[in-house]
Amino acid sequence: MALRVLVGCKRVIDYAVKVRVKPDKTGVVTDGVKHSMNPFDEIAIEEAVRLKEKKVASEVVAISCGPKQCQETLRTALAMGADRAIHVEVPEPESHTLEPLGVAKIFSKLAKDEDVGLIIVGKQAIDDDCNQTGQLTAALLDWPQATFASEITVDGDSMKVIREVDGGLETIKVNMPAVVSADLRLNEPRYATLPNIMKAKKKKIDVKTPADLGVDISPRTETLSVEDPPVRQAGSKVEDVSELVEKLKSHGFV
Amino acid sequence: MHRMISKYVNRPLFSRSFIQRYYLSNVAQVDDALFHPTEEEKQLRQTIFKFAQEELAPYAAEIDAKDEFTELRSFWRKLGDMGLHGITVPESEGGAGGSYMDHCITIEELARASPSVGMSYAVHSNMCINQLVRNGNAEQKAKYLPKLISGEYIGALAMSEPNAGSDVMSLRLRAEKQGNHYVLNGTKFWITNGPVADIIIVYAKTDPAAHQHGISAFIVETKTPGFSIAQKLDKLGLRGSETGELVFEDCKIPEENILGRVNKGVQVLMSGLDLERGTLAGGAIGIMQSVVDVVYPYVHTREQFDQKIGQFQMIQSKLADMYNTLNLCRSYLYNVVRAFDRGVIRSADCAAAGILVGENATQMALDGIQCLGGNGYINDYPTGRMLRDAKIFEIAGGTQEIRKLIVGRSINAHYMGK
Repeated sequence: MALRVLVGCKRVIDYAVKVRVKPDKTGVVTDGVKHSMNPFDEIAIEEAVRLKEKKVASEVVAISCGPKQCQETLRTALAMGADRAIHVEVPEPESHTLEPLGVAKIFSKLAKDEDVGLIIVGKQAIDDDCNQTGQLTAALLDWPQATFASEITVDGDSMKVIREVDGGLETIKVNMPAVVSADLRLNEPRYATLPNIMKAKKKKIDVKTPADLGVDISPRTETLSVEDPPVRQAGSKVEDVSELVEKLKSHGFV
Repeated sequence: MHRMISKYVNRPLFSRSFIQRYYLSNVAQVDDALFHPTEEEKQLRQTIFKFAQEELAPYAAEIDAKDEFTELRSFWRKLGDMGLHGITVPESEGGAGGSYMDHCITIEELARASPSVGMSYAVHSNMCINQLVRNGNAEQKAKYLPKLISGEYIGALAMSEPNAGSDVMSLRLRAEKQGNHYVLNGTKFWITNGPVADIIIVYAKTDPAAHQHGISAFIVETKTPGFSIAQKLDKLGLRGSETGELVFEDCKIPEENILGRVNKGVQVLMSGLDLERGTLAGGAIGIMQSVVDVVYPYVHTREQFDQKIGQFQMIQSKLADMYNTLNLCRSYLYNVVRAFDRGVIRSADCAAAGILVGENATQMALDGIQCLGGNGYINDYPTGRMLRDAKIFEIAGGTQEIRKLIVGRSINAHYMGK
């Protein structure tokens, strides 16, 4: 058993923060805003740590791409039980245009460099909701992928994964190495304990740059404008069904 | 649609954390960066905040209404699993080897979720466990610390008596030596965790004629014959944190259970009090934070005269005052507590910080009620509870009057050469 697991840990605006659009419409306000680990990535880390506790995995490596503050996110992963971390530093403002493709290239390069047998990522990040990194990484590596996982069972060189699909649950078998993306119900992440928070301080975070890895992270898309969602118009009450039908007709809905 | 959902029937549609997170989405943020925390302190606050808001805050109103925390024992285990009971206990003695600042942050975040449970925790972990760590001998620590740290045992500390509150040195609980035992007779009053505790540190007179130099501290197991709870006290606030009157009737305590030295209890007591005043005051900060957690979003939701009330100048003025007060209190208290971690313990500053946060916690809760108007006055909103809970910080661990006396005397001493 020498299964090394790589887990993506994105630093995102905290789920509790009310997001505000910048006045110049180039993006959202991030200065002085609380950030934390993408909740789906917390689930990914939890699953990796559980695999280690079950002695299925030998090492859990957390990885985050972005500005220096990503190291705080990585400390959280280390406090939850990751063994070590890699920070791929992408300073601001470059980090704002870092896309899933760039991250997937970084992940796939590191997966080869680090001799990784399993990559777990959150199914999507709560900031851009892209839901691409896992799939792109699998494609670049030419590895099987098991997305939206709600249960993982490793069995020798393969894995049984239960996926949440529109119609219900789908059970698939994938050969390893593979990429898994974590869905909401895969597990409930633990709270870091105080002793583990202390221990995390002593764990190692390697810092690399995309250039070190020979990865081109230049953006493939251009953001033209970021705007608040339109405010929902207030509705009106109707007296009875006939009035309702009339209104629907007059608006051309029926 | 029905068919689709039925496939998930034995799986929760939303996990615990996601439901709670939805409710969390409005609380005010603590701008940690202002208070230059260490990396671990940041992580700690984040973790405790999440834990307390998910596992404790949803039950705070019910704990208050019932005046009981039915899940106390299992919650104690959870705190133990997270290493929180033994924060200030060195790793070599089974603790987490953390700092007083770590402890203060933990108390603050727990009190932010439920001040009553926060108080029970603070008493257990500081007044009982930390006193044991600071004054106990190796055998006592080996015997009692593991279960207190894991959360299997609940701890308390008993100082006050019906006629010995501020004048604590006049305590009368008698401990008479008989062979290799001490026999305790008397009562203790207002004892936090008393009715539920397994282990209580009890101050008693071993030599009444010597007044304060005749006080000793004892580790009492509550299962000892002769120990009983006369009553659980019906309190204004901190409901659900059990407070009681303890009765000792020929309660035989083995002499190896003396904490510190015989007749030197006053040292154990006084040195502990300073640390208690400083660290436990984190609870008052937690209440103030919980007030703004409610007020800030409320005034940005509530509309009168076609405007969010938070945009009216008179409410803005209140918001600015609250913001100012909270940061002021936090700054002073954190400085006092950080000094503990450098070995600097200033009685006058422990008392002064206590005065500041005590007074302001009550005032801020009152302002919170005012901002919520009619809603602040009904118990569907938590601000009334916050007021009742806040008041304790002007009374417990030394009343405001005693604290002022300590500060005044320390200044007198400087000029009067005493």
